[in-house]
Amino acid sequence: MRKLDYAGAIREATTQEMERDSRVFVYGIGVPTWSSIFGTTKGIPEKFGKERCFDTPISEDAMTGFGLGAAIRGLRPIHVHIRVDFMILATNQLINMVSNYTYSTGGKLKVPLVVRAVIGRGWGQGAQHSKALFSNFTHIPGLKVIAPTTPSDMKGMMIAAIRDDNPVICFEHRWLYWAEEDVPEEPYEIPLGVGRILRPGKDVTVVGLSWMNVEARLAADILAKRGVSVEIVDPRTLAPLDENLIVESVKRTGRCIIADCDWVDSGFSAELSARINEKCFGKLKAPVKRIGFAQTPAPTVRELENEFYPNAKTIVHAVEDMLGLEAANLDGEDFFSHERRFRGPF
Amino acid sequence: MSFAREPLPKATTIKLFKSLFLARRSEEYIVKHYAENLMRTPMHMSMGQEFVCVGVCSALEGKADVFASYRSHAAFLAQTHDTDRFFSELYGRTSGTGEGKGGSMHLAAPDQGHILSSGVVATQIPVAVGAAFANRQLKTGRTSVVFFGDGAADAGVFWESINAAALFKLPVIFVCEDNGYAVDTPREARQVSKSLSDAVKPFGADTYEDDSGDVESVYSLAKEAVAKAHRDRRPAFLNVKCCRYLEHVGIGTDWNWGYRDQATVEREWIDRDALKVQRARLAKHQVTESAIAAMEDEIDKAIQASVKRASQAPIPTPDRLHAGVFYEKA
Repeated sequence: MRKLDYAGAIREATTQEMERDSRVFVYGIGVPTWSSIFGTTKGIPEKFGKERCFDTPISEDAMTGFGLGAAIRGLRPIHVHIRVDFMILATNQLINMVSNYTYSTGGKLKVPLVVRAVIGRGWGQGAQHSKALFSNFTHIPGLKVIAPTTPSDMKGMMIAAIRDDNPVICFEHRWLYWAEEDVPEEPYEIPLGVGRILRPGKDVTVVGLSWMNVEARLAADILAKRGVSVEIVDPRTLAPLDENLIVESVKRTGRCIIADCDWVDSGFSAELSARINEKCFGKLKAPVKRIGFAQTPAPTVRELENEFYPNAKTIVHAVEDMLGLEAANLDGEDFFSHERRFRGPF
Repeated sequence: MSFAREPLPKATTIKLFKSLFLARRSEEYIVKHYAENLMRTPMHMSMGQEFVCVGVCSALEGKADVFASYRSHAAFLAQTHDTDRFFSELYGRTSGTGEGKGGSMHLAAPDQGHILSSGVVATQIPVAVGAAFANRQLKTGRTSVVFFGDGAADAGVFWESINAAALFKLPVIFVCEDNGYAVDTPREARQVSKSLSDAVKPFGADTYEDDSGDVESVYSLAKEAVAKAHRDRRPAFLNVKCCRYLEHVGIGTDWNWGYRDQATVEREWIDRDALKVQRARLAKHQVTESAIAAMEDEIDKAIQASVKRASQAPIPTPDRLHAGVFYEKA
């Protein structure tokens, strides 16, 4: 098997599906241009032509309705947003239209639409280029929401999303694009709604969302040196959620930390915490702990960014707190930053 | 201006009359029976404006993909003539277009070319552009038509959609049912441009203004606009002046609101009501009064039969609440 990065996994999934099904097309601001959305659409316009891979006006609202119209009349669009912050302009269509036309037509209309959104911290991205906003979309019935972490998950889940007859929003953390691992060359589907245990452990469950699984993995390595065994659960699909996988893990470990790359207040971590409390009440040895952004707009300057964004250190300290351990000195540890890219493997 | 091409063939005049009559009488039924509180869905009545949808949909002869606003009744009936599913949906029955989950604002019969109606102003407009793209890619030969009010032209997405349709060379037929008001706010309070057509033209659409109030004019206009849109691979914008006879939402009149003058509306619109004009045209085609009455009676009977079927159809069982959130393969 050859290695492929996360961006390559998206590109390969898209290309293979476009080869298999002439109804699939990909569009959005900057999609066919040289920068090609972090390389995720590189080579696609040359291979499939302008009718199946095209740029759009900066009209997120209309171009989302456009995707809905194309989807309900027989095509299978993939709409790409270079930042989730810009996708907010599309929420009128996503929330008022895309999510509810299957339901309000008594199940007659199918909406095979994939909406890709780049999320997350980059390099001084500030308040308008850095959000995740998972819960804004998981809140809405009728939308499927995925946030794959690994390249192999991304390829299989992107193919499943394209083949799905329902709207699927795919969140892609920009720091994951460089991550590499062995990815099968042939097309394959990973069913939506099925989570994954990224690392088995017995003392504490960390439910990681998107990039935070990378941070959780590093935290788990650091903690393992002290004899603490961390289980990392990646929901992969946020809606519909594989609740059982998470619940079973927390029942085994009795402890749960939710590591999100989003705000904590009314965030997806609140939903997870509520469900875990409902389902694991008698089994919990400690209250569920949530980790996420500081409840402020994202700052730009690096020193404040480091306070704003949680990372492996935050997770290590949360585990220490939960287990009643002394805080370790982490000075010798190697943490990620934009300049020191994570390339995998997981 | 008027686009009427006198005379249209007798069969067309009859077809337009019947379609107008169907929409009008269906809504008159709603007005009469709404107070029974069995049609529990907010009604944005088309009454007075039906000639716009009837003219356009009739011109497309079933080959339209129709997208409508919450003022959906005339658009739905002009395209589908399906009073069974129409009334079933209003009565909230499993036999309705959305098994009662849609209601008046979400009428949809995609298999009959009425793709969807939407309750948020202007949201249906870009959907029509995407449908036109699908129709081109899949070579269906269908024409994407979107109906909206002049209030929707206040919305950014309207301009985005016109621009995108022109940019992508898509023959979308944008039909503005220009009744002059967003609820009771007049167009002058919302738009600087004196003429919507003049504002739209530089975006790359062919524009047409129709203030005839006449279904045959709209029919002829639509024929011309659709043919040109396909030939030149350009969108068309049809601004058709019309008058909503009833209140914005509901079955009553709104003369007491004070934003428009009853006598003026009656003089300028109701006195030359499109249905009345079309009925008079039948006589010019030597259709006898008894033949007209027979047509009307047939439609009335069809409406009554649909209402009866609807009221006897099952109400969705509670378990249907959770069904259909996601599409399931049959």
